Amino acid sequence: MSKFDRRTFLKAAAATGAATGLSSLTGCATTPASAGRVVVIGGGFGGATAAKYIKMWAPNIDVTLVERNGAFVSCPFSNLVLGGSMKIDEITVGYGKLGPNYGVKVVRGEATGVDTAKQTVTLAGGTTLPYDRLLLAPGIDFMYETIPGLNNAAAQERIRHAWRAGPETVALRAQLEAMPDGGIFAVVIPKAPYRCPPGPYERACQVAHYFKARKPKSKVLVLDGNPDLTSKKGLFLAAWNGEYKGTIEYRPNQELQDVDVKSNTAIFTFDKQRADVLNVIPPQRAGAIAHRAGVANINGRWCAVNWLTTESAVVKNVHVIGDATQSAPLMPKSGHMANNHGKHAADAIVALMTGRAVNDEPIIANTCYSWINNREVVHVASVHAFDKKEQTFVSVKGAGGLSPAANVKEGVYARAWADAIWSDMLG
Amino acid sequence: MQISRVAKRAVLASLTSAALAGWTTDGQAQDYKARAWAASCGGCHGTDGRTEAPEFPALAGKPKAELLQALLEFKNDTGTKKPTVMHQHAKGYSNEQLERIAEYFSRQKR
Repeated sequence: MSKFDRRTFLKAAAATGAATGLSSLTGCATTPASAGRVVVIGGGFGGATAAKYIKMWAPNIDVTLVERNGAFVSCPFSNLVLGGSMKIDEITVGYGKLGPNYGVKVVRGEATGVDTAKQTVTLAGGTTLPYDRLLLAPGIDFMYETIPGLNNAAAQERIRHAWRAGPETVALRAQLEAMPDGGIFAVVIPKAPYRCPPGPYERACQVAHYFKARKPKSKVLVLDGNPDLTSKKGLFLAAWNGEYKGTIEYRPNQELQDVDVKSNTAIFTFDKQRADVLNVIPPQRAGAIAHRAGVANINGRWCAVNWLTTESAVVKNVHVIGDATQSAPLMPKSGHMANNHGKHAADAIVALMTGRAVNDEPIIANTCYSWINNREVVHVASVHAFDKKEQTFVSVKGAGGLSPAANVKEGVYARAWADAIWSDMLG
Repeated sequence: MQISRVAKRAVLASLTSAALAGWTTDGQAQDYKARAWAASCGGCHGTDGRTEAPEFPALAGKPKAELLQALLEFKNDTGTKKPTVMHQHAKGYSNEQLERIAEYFSRQKR
């Protein structure tokens, strides 16, 4: 109910004499009492969505969104920037509407610590933010300690991950542009779970698309730490055996041990591979702040949550969403999934803070588009319903599925999807 | 007058559904579960079904019957148009859930 309607309602209630039993509402009509403070850390698909939806559904909750970057850069579609079909500014959206449109306080800064006893967040520079509920949406960090040769800043400038969109994406694109024709681009994929299962295979397609047009003697090597493609296998193989035959080569079970930075070589258990442009996607864990808050309780990597509320399994009043979570069975670490986590978390947090019952039948969904070239797209979709017996989200049988084949129609839909979801989180 | 009629309906709703804890702008009790389910659709169809992309139809303010029919056709593969993804989503919900989602969107401002 908007303020205006509430006021009108109360006037009418008084006029009809119905206000007697509703006197407790008068306070909220004139001076809305705060229902408490929420701090959200991380303004990606999950965090920005949650911040907006909490304010939309409960304007009297005070919401602060802490984000280290000045603008959101989308990982989905960043492979199109690598392939040259889009520019980085086309996948960049500002945070400017969250304040004026919804009343979210956006604070640009780095959250450096969480005191879960005192319920405060500390930012670099010393600012302290108190919270009644904290929502962590920190995304991923990279486990560079597992790749000794890459565990320093100089090496990481030479061998990029480009698995967080932004300057990394631009830098890897520049390496591809500088590569002479006849060169090798190799993408090294970590063992699952990692952010965006089909992303590396889409990346191979986009780089191959660029090579076919501009550097036709060049090759793409997909060096996968997994025993097989982890997503959309048939759809990607159709492209690799079709339009990219002779350009893309796939090798499974390539578990990265180290890199030799000088020679741009990836070193695997039984093999090594030099590349002109070497792109290592390192193994991942929840973002650092989740570890500092003490909620990354699964193998020192991911955060287990109660999926009914997204509250941490180990720390009270701290919620975690998105890629940082220990995913429910068959739930991918994707942007669309995190957007849905954000809304689910918002609903649960609003319920918990306003004293209404938590939704005991949440249902969320995923749609993930991958670009095969600059026009044709394939998707995978799934629906996830909370299962009371299993106490987690389960993938609904009979729902979800894949595109039958790469097609132009879904290319149009994919572009629309990006505009729509960026607006749903930031508009 | 439009506003006082809305307000009167709100009062009636409040009297009948007592402490149901929430009202929508049209004075009906808020179906929080349906709102949470419907929120998922916003990723493509726009927040509260107010579309930002012409490729995805607006859902806000559409008649409930029209929305429900479309959802059931997706779910049962009985529509005339071949969907790309909606049939895969609609199969994830019971008919009752789809009806409540349709009801929710029908009440949103266009």
